[in-house]
Amino acid sequence: MMMKGKSDAGLRFMRLGILALAAGMFFGVIGGFQFLFPEFLRELLFTKTRPLHVSLVVSWIFLIAIGGIYFYLPRHRKLGLWSEKAANWHFWIFIVTGLAILGCYLSGRFGGREYFEFPPVLSIPIFVTWMLFGVNYFMTVRQDKKTWPVYYWMWGTGIVFFFITYTEAHLWLIPYFRENMVREIMVQWKSYGALTGSWNMLVYGTALFLATRIGGNEKPARSKLAFGLYFLGLFNLMFGWAHHTYLVPSETWIRTFAYAVSMTELFIFGKIIWDWRSSLEDWQKNRHCNAYRFLIAADIWVFVNLGLALVISVPAFNLITHGTHITVAHAMGSTIGINTMILLASIFYVIREELPLEAHAGCTRQIKTGFWLANGSLAVFFTALIFAGIGKGTYSGLSFQDMMLTIRPFLLVFAVSGVFLMLGVWIMLWHGFRLLGVVQASGRVAVGQPEPA
Amino acid sequence: MSDLARQGQQVFQDHNCIACHQFYGLGGYMGPDLTNVISNRGDLYARAFIASGTATMPNLGLADDEIDAVVAYLAFVDQTGTYPAENYDVQWYGAVAQEDDPQ
Repeated sequence: MMMKGKSDAGLRFMRLGILALAAGMFFGVIGGFQFLFPEFLRELLFTKTRPLHVSLVVSWIFLIAIGGIYFYLPRHRKLGLWSEKAANWHFWIFIVTGLAILGCYLSGRFGGREYFEFPPVLSIPIFVTWMLFGVNYFMTVRQDKKTWPVYYWMWGTGIVFFFITYTEAHLWLIPYFRENMVREIMVQWKSYGALTGSWNMLVYGTALFLATRIGGNEKPARSKLAFGLYFLGLFNLMFGWAHHTYLVPSETWIRTFAYAVSMTELFIFGKIIWDWRSSLEDWQKNRHCNAYRFLIAADIWVFVNLGLALVISVPAFNLITHGTHITVAHAMGSTIGINTMILLASIFYVIREELPLEAHAGCTRQIKTGFWLANGSLAVFFTALIFAGIGKGTYSGLSFQDMMLTIRPFLLVFAVSGVFLMLGVWIMLWHGFRLLGVVQASGRVAVGQPEPA
Repeated sequence: MSDLARQGQQVFQDHNCIACHQFYGLGGYMGPDLTNVISNRGDLYARAFIASGTATMPNLGLADDEIDAVVAYLAFVDQTGTYPAENYDVQWYGAVAQEDDPQ
């Protein structure tokens, strides 16, 4: 049963995030086929589908992470939000800005840089929403007088560094940066690398929060290893960006330094989840069977991506892999395999905690089907991109079109597996969206512990 | 950067060319990297592609002065370095030094 209370901001963010991912994957599938058949949907050029896909899936990551924080702090940490009104403003400004950005993309009104292709003026309301979120977050958690668990630090760091990196991403507006190509591209990609680090802080914080809740034990969030991960992640966020720009003219020591930093973070994160997994009792795994399954999938993808990251972060190998689909495999493997699995765990954790068993039906066959379809397709998708990248990286001819023809079979596998990946994720999203709606409709969520379902 | 190249940079952004093309291998992979397209293929080649499009690249309908500006921007990018690196040293521990690196 739900407690009567006042805020469901977290649930609204989460449901909006689900819609963003569902739409983002749809545009991603269209873009995948446009690689193969450039005439496909000529009215909706790849210059539109790519930013639509990227912006929507990045929104999914932020929305679910933010929704989780707005939900978990009052509900599971007994910390009433400092300002419900600020959370509501955050939500509505996000929606209006997001719709304006989507409208710009669909109508072909660009003007910004890669990943933020919208007219730069729309960055102002995005800054405002993060300001609202940041103030609300820190004013809320400061009520907690105990030593902070590591996920508080991670969430707070993710918010602070979002400001810093998003500001950096707009330095191109200043002529000093814009008029020096190398300087500008280094700053731009430093900011993107660190921005990824900032959302990883939000997502990994969510994973550690879930680990403590499912296991009923705060140790994963208070151990030396957990704080080791935090400081390493922070270090990586600040200094590990240069593997994106190995091939841009720069000092050799910058590459070497980034190379060393890149090797470390994922391994420790994987170890924490692995240790947590072996500490769980069967009843805990069964009670949160969906969330548990997603976290284990994330862990496996951590190791897969670690292997790939190790290879492409070696500058000597990066000479071949840079600018190829291997980079896409790395990005997709991380954002889908790791981030999305953790965020799905967060959604299904909320559902399991807030609804009685007869309402959510536990680990249904449909969710299992979606899970295996998504992860199986992702494995094929990931492998096809690696082979396409190897084909491109080792191509020695001069014709771009010839090179594209040689890797076409891999791109076809990539595009088709992308359809199945989308279907698998859609199945899970549908259940997540529907059941979060039931949670939302059953009463407004209050401060305090949920009653046992 | 000349005024013309600056205008070309804005045209390049307004049409989101980076969704398909790259500089220094950074960008989308639907089209070729453009870092050294001017020195490798010449400005007439670049101009023809921009003006007419291809089977994979749409004709963006740019005016002549916009095409001039984009070509000037590509020429500006071209003189900033070489991609992919042609002369480089690989260290025994995997690090790489390139000819264009600042000394």
